[in-house]
Amino acid sequence: MPDTAAPVIRAHRLRKAYGETVAVDDVSFEVAPGEAFGLLGPNGAGKSTTMRMLGGVAARSGGELEILGMDPDRHGPEVRAQLGVVPQLDNLDTELNVRDNLVVYGRYFGIRRAEVARRVDALLAFAQLEEKARSRIDDLSGGMKRRLTIARALVNEPRILLLDEPTTGLDPQARHILWDRLFRLKEQGTTLVLTTHYMDEAEQLCDRLVVVDQGRIMAEGAPAALIREHSTREVLEVRFGSERNAEVAAELDDLGERVEALPDRVLVYAEDGEHVLAEVVRRGHRPITSLVRRSSLEDVFLRLTGRSLVE
Amino acid sequence: MSAVSALSSGNARAVFGRNLVGARGVNLWVMVSGFFEPVFYLVALGAGLGGLIGVVALPDGREVPYAAFIAPGLLAVSAMNGAIADSTWNVFFKMRFMRVYDAMLATRLGPLDVALGEISWALFRGAVYASAFLIVMQCFGLNLAWTAVLAIPAAVLIGFGFAAVGMGITSCLRTFQQMDWIQFALLPMFMLSGTFFPISLYPEWVQWIVQALPLWHGIELVRGLTTGALSWGMLLHVGYFAVMVVLGLVFTTRRLRALFLT
Repeated sequence: MPDTAAPVIRAHRLRKAYGETVAVDDVSFEVAPGEAFGLLGPNGAGKSTTMRMLGGVAARSGGELEILGMDPDRHGPEVRAQLGVVPQLDNLDTELNVRDNLVVYGRYFGIRRAEVARRVDALLAFAQLEEKARSRIDDLSGGMKRRLTIARALVNEPRILLLDEPTTGLDPQARHILWDRLFRLKEQGTTLVLTTHYMDEAEQLCDRLVVVDQGRIMAEGAPAALIREHSTREVLEVRFGSERNAEVAAELDDLGERVEALPDRVLVYAEDGEHVLAEVVRRGHRPITSLVRRSSLEDVFLRLTGRSLVE
Repeated sequence: MSAVSALSSGNARAVFGRNLVGARGVNLWVMVSGFFEPVFYLVALGAGLGGLIGVVALPDGREVPYAAFIAPGLLAVSAMNGAIADSTWNVFFKMRFMRVYDAMLATRLGPLDVALGEISWALFRGAVYASAFLIVMQCFGLNLAWTAVLAIPAAVLIGFGFAAVGMGITSCLRTFQQMDWIQFALLPMFMLSGTFFPISLYPEWVQWIVQALPLWHGIELVRGLTTGALSWGMLLHVGYFAVMVVLGLVFTTRRLRALFLT
């Protein structure tokens, strides 16, 4: 099959402006079939807008976009027929029970009744909602609603699943159940495109990701490669008290690859954190607490998108 | 830009089907009240006021009992009210609070499918109400000609016109306060459009205004059919609603596109 290698999503210099406001500016990326691709960024970075363009529900202002070889602006229904969409806010149909939500949604795709019924049974099992089939939507927990929304997005057996902040607002147990379900989909070969601002989620699920900020791509690569490229192997975190952190940081400036003074602690980026800690102590500094940890995607993210509060 | 392929996947019946499934959960009395409202008017005014008034002259000179005069008017009004209720309040709630259309338009459905599906649901309800009311009229002996049967498709056409325009207007409104404007516009139309007495009683300039309003055309159409006072002018009434349907559908589809697919 020569087709399998061709990207399922191809975005080239994608741009979206609402009047004067530019939400997405010159974004280019490709997603291969079966890949789990992440869009990372702070609130307002343009992630959701990008997702809406990919989903064929927002017309782009410029650039090129191909979903499975089709232009979503011109072939909206055909493109959407091949997509599963999990929006940021649940929009389950509260006038219908759990099972009917899946059945009716399947009918929107024009799938025959008998076929829909067969798929719905399998999806209820997948979403672990068999016991709740006749329940009202309002009686479900947040995690259950999320799983139902994902099950609903799978009713048309989509080739690409778009997930906009799939686990925002869920408790840790519910998140892990959800990750497990998404992992199974990935194993079955479904292409996943997701946005998130949870770094652990991105590291868990994504083969490759782009960091977006203010509508632009700041970096692109596999999570491990991004950490290698934009951070060191380890990070030493030391606290000297709010008044002294900046002062001590200045004296540690030559240690590691980079030193960053935050209001509550000093971060030293280095290959060997323990070694640096020993040197800090040798110089006569006595940190209140110290911690050596591996660099995470969060370090990359904060480095690329800045530490200022983005609203 | 607005290629038809992007507007529709020819699956409005899935939207209709959603409402059919949803209706199972809705309070039965909400459904039934739509039928009883015109029946109460008919009994109160037809039997009560009708006793005082006696007969009313039709445009062709025939005199008919007062109840037979207002019954077709009430039928047209209920077709309007049913269509408006479905295409304004229900649509507004689904659009702004339940976000049903966001979900629909993320699927294969296009905005025209959604508009046609929602409106045909409003028409289905309207046709059921109209048929029931027509049976009541038959029981009271108020259907004076066989053409009364045609009042059912006429009521559907009236509902179609109001629903298409109503859904378009609703899609422009953002708050509940604005929704009240619709009621504000409907009440005078209901009182003035010749439901309860012939508009020939008005001064001429008022007659012109009333004749420009859609409800008057609807009432005249239905009254002609149930009383058998047929005329070529009725084609004008049909044409009026046909234009409303087309303009309403075009506008609604555009609005849905602008709201959910930009």
